Amino acid sequence: MPAAKQGTIKSAPSYTEFHPRWYRPRVSVYWWLGEWHYLKFILRELSSVFVAIFVIEILFLLSALRDGPQAYASFQQCMRNPLVIVLNIVSFFFIVFHAITWFNLAPSAMPVRLGGKRLPDILVAAPSYVAWAVVSAFICWLVLR
Amino acid sequence: MAEKIILEIARYSPEQDHEPHFESYEVPVYKEWVVLDALNHIKDTMDGTLTYRWSCRMGICGSCGMMVNGEPKLTCATFLSSYAKNGNKIRVEPLRYFPVVRDLVTELTDFLVKLKKVKPWLMPKDEPPLSQGEFLQTPEQVDRYKQFSMCINCTLCYAACPVVGLDPVFVGPAAIALAQRYNMDSRDQGAQERTAILAHPDGVWGCTFVGECTRVCPKHVDPAGAIQQYKIAAVLDWLKSFVTPRGQDTKHARSEAGND
Repeated sequence: MPAAKQGTIKSAPSYTEFHPRWYRPRVSVYWWLGEWHYLKFILRELSSVFVAIFVIEILFLLSALRDGPQAYASFQQCMRNPLVIVLNIVSFFFIVFHAITWFNLAPSAMPVRLGGKRLPDILVAAPSYVAWAVVSAFICWLVLR
Repeated sequence: MAEKIILEIARYSPEQDHEPHFESYEVPVYKEWVVLDALNHIKDTMDGTLTYRWSCRMGICGSCGMMVNGEPKLTCATFLSSYAKNGNKIRVEPLRYFPVVRDLVTELTDFLVKLKKVKPWLMPKDEPPLSQGEFLQTPEQVDRYKQFSMCINCTLCYAACPVVGLDPVFVGPAAIALAQRYNMDSRDQGAQERTAILAHPDGVWGCTFVGECTRVCPKHVDPAGAIQQYKIAAVLDWLKSFVTPRGQDTKHARSEAGND
């Protein structure tokens, strides 16, 4: 016999005719922890914080460059701090994640039409990746030459 | 003898329960059986009290949406065999974020009210007389809205969207996609009327682009894309309002529509 027959009335529920009691589950504060897709979304949103940290660092770098060799040396000293190195490594991975996730989402937000047909998503995302690679290569060349 | 699989089904009786509980049923796994076939088998032969919605069993009516192992799915298109490995169980629950009426049946009034708010019908401004013949559209004009017109109102996208759960006033993916379906239609001039609900904090600006609605959509409607495209169009429209003389009718979020 199925288990449904074993159901017992727990207590008298508030019930009026033609107005059934709906069960309304509450959304947990940790709704994003259970599923990878949701966690990925939260990480993508969180990555903006690390983008901001990188921007602030670059602003400090520019300010140090403007203030002369002594300021630049103290900036470098600060960057050698193990905590800052760890923060920068974590930031780097989040920024890569940020770039990849948003490049991949761009075709959905901005579909491109040519000759009345929608271009495949990969062709819309590709220029962003190409531009990213070219700029990165240029910066590498600038730093390492 | 066919292989067997256990279905754990959420049961909720408003007269008896304060919250749902799970009951297990063992069903045979035939290669052509979907989860809906298993539910029908249970209702026919094991427990007639099991309650759920279904109709066409071919992915058109949008009635049989449920959570299958935590994923919003049309149960008529979800094969038992894809879960029947290594003694897996299948957990069937009502669609998430909707009030539960009984067992697997959800209450859809909230969605239907939101859907009506976006005016999902053609609103031609100057309807030509019938004697002029039918409205003709080029294949390109059809192509602009066809994807959004495939929606079957199954509400899987609502069950996938955390914003729907956290912010109950959010208009939601399907309703906005259907609004865009009409905004992009060359026969429609109602885009401006729809901005009141779409370009609103409860409209497209409620969306944080989680993208799950698009992933779970069984008809490949891409509601997330529709919402982001509307956001861009709404911003461009807002910017245009600064350069357009007052009182002049701007095209309102239809910059891409085929009748420009």
